[in-house]
Amino acid sequence: MGNKQTIFTDEQLDAYQDCTFFTRKEILRLHGRYHELAPHLVPMDYTNDPDVKLPLALIVNMPELKENPFRSRIVESFSEDGEGNLSFNDFVDMFSVLSETAPRELKAIYAFKIYDFNTDNFLCKEDLEKTLNKLTREELTPEEVVLVCEKSIEEADLDGDSKLSFADFENMITRAPDFISTFHIRI
Amino acid sequence: MGKPYGSMPRKKVPRGEEGSAMDFAILWDFGGYAQYSVLFYGYYNSQRAIGWLKFRMPLSYFLVGVGTVAYSYMVVIRTMARNANEEGGGDDTSFNFSWKIFTSWDYLIGNPETADNKFASITTSFKESIVEEQESHKDENIHLTRFLRVLANFLVLCCLAGSGYLIYFVVRRSQKFALEGLESYGWWERNEVNMVMSLLGMFCPMLFDVISALENYHPRIALQWQLGRIFALFLGNLYTFIIALMDEINLKREEEEVVKFNMTIWEASLYNGTLAANVTAAPITVDPADVPRGPCWETMVGQEFVRLIVSDTMTTYITLLIGDFLRAIFVRFLNYCWCWDLEYGFPSYSEFDVSGNVLGLIFNQGMIWMGAFYAPCLPALNVLRLHVSMYLQCWAVMSCNVPQERVFKASGSNNFYMAMLLVILFLSTLPAIYTIVSIPPSFDCGPFSGKNRMFDVIQETLQSDFPTWFGKVFSYASNPGLILPFILLMV
Repeated sequence: MGNKQTIFTDEQLDAYQDCTFFTRKEILRLHGRYHELAPHLVPMDYTNDPDVKLPLALIVNMPELKENPFRSRIVESFSEDGEGNLSFNDFVDMFSVLSETAPRELKAIYAFKIYDFNTDNFLCKEDLEKTLNKLTREELTPEEVVLVCEKSIEEADLDGDSKLSFADFENMITRAPDFISTFHIRI
Repeated sequence: MGKPYGSMPRKKVPRGEEGSAMDFAILWDFGGYAQYSVLFYGYYNSQRAIGWLKFRMPLSYFLVGVGTVAYSYMVVIRTMARNANEEGGGDDTSFNFSWKIFTSWDYLIGNPETADNKFASITTSFKESIVEEQESHKDENIHLTRFLRVLANFLVLCCLAGSGYLIYFVVRRSQKFALEGLESYGWWERNEVNMVMSLLGMFCPMLFDVISALENYHPRIALQWQLGRIFALFLGNLYTFIIALMDEINLKREEEEVVKFNMTIWEASLYNGTLAANVTAAPITVDPADVPRGPCWETMVGQEFVRLIVSDTMTTYITLLIGDFLRAIFVRFLNYCWCWDLEYGFPSYSEFDVSGNVLGLIFNQGMIWMGAFYAPCLPALNVLRLHVSMYLQCWAVMSCNVPQERVFKASGSNNFYMAMLLVILFLSTLPAIYTIVSIPPSFDCGPFSGKNRMFDVIQETLQSDFPTWFGKVFSYASNPGLILPFILLMV
């Protein structure tokens, strides 16, 4: 230590520290990871806020995301355009929400976004079926899939519209004992 | 360390048996050199303190025996308590499927193999929940089901009674054979009791399995009933075995009286008129192999248990080889030239039998607990056997077995198995404790020879090794008036 880093200005680093759950060192390390995904695209000097976005294909190949069945949805939920192109801010945001120190409510918001495949702000039967098929790699028979999704909606749907709104989802997920420990990526 | 082989009568093969002591048949039966070794109770000397460290051997033998039982109790009960905590915490089943969908994937997974395992386990978990869900929806004809269940239990009771009578009959026959001398009978008659017990143990569980098809329970409940019935079967077998053993112990004790009487005559014959009545002479050196021996009932008990465990092991391996391996070979290779599809039809590959294997382990452990006091190296032998079993069965499962058709969480009944283990622990230490407390030890073999009861060694230690005030304190503390409230407090 001792070298003054020239990647970010001090104000930028402070802003990052305020908006995310990372420390200065972690943010610099994240920048290193972001840079090594596409060294020719990502500048080392971020002091003048360059507008660089990395495509989905590069991000989902990161070792932390490679084996996750929901990796595309995760990246899409944190991208501004919804297509999965992440700027550095989105990148830091994503790992911040998935870090250990993020609170349950924040994780619930983003979990809802991730599992909402058709982005209609509701978890309808098709969303659940897609989630289940990704989870079991389509090993369940169609009847079993239908049964599980129906049971799940029956359990969690409070307003009776046979789909899960965010309120239903949040009510269900905050009682889950494993949610925080499984919805966690370490980078 | 203690005296080496050959230095004392109890540590040496008697002259009469020396010729056959190395025969494989004798050694397989744990006679000959195997009998006069640290494997069995009879080898140990009753000298109070051994070596320059003054190691109190009889005391340590007794304490280790009692201590292992106490430690086993502690471990089993602690495991049960721990399991109960974990199961109790998962009581809230209101969002079962939702939680499974949204919280079962672990986002920390980065390794492809771990991911594969996780996918498989998630799929299995869903299938289990689906089965449970479907079970709870089934339409039931209550009266027919109840009638069938009562019928099934009646059939099972008949089986148990039949097997109990069969063992009793066989044991009486073997006692008759023993009276007439075993040499006139072939291999079957000599090993009849063990073989009948092993065969019953092989075929009755299959019978119970067929009968339980009548009952139509959820797989987990059916498994528990099956285990309960096999448990009752094995318990009956084991206790009949013990009763037979008790008869033999009494026989040996009577023999002992005769031998004691003969020994005085034999000793007198050694000195053969070279001294007058009240003069002590220098002992004439006699080779230990020539000294007449008392029948050592404790060693006999130890031998019986070791033989039982060996025959149990052999039965397991042979059943495995024939029932699983040969069957798999038959189905695989004869399928090409057979009229119906062997793999889907009658024999097909055998399913992995959870209940049978768990019970096998539990009963093996029960037998160890029973025999460990009289055959101190038995646990070590058993560790060896368990290692071999593990590799053999692992290979058998991977190459010959198919998973059970109905998927259910067998590990959910962890506490059930622990409870069975606890009951077995209690029931199997009962005979050993009974013999320690009520039967006097043999006069010329084992660490307690010469004492009136085995636990006298504790009394002796208290009196001679501890300062006198300690003895007084102990005698006050062992007042029933103090012990009873203490026990109630612990309960």
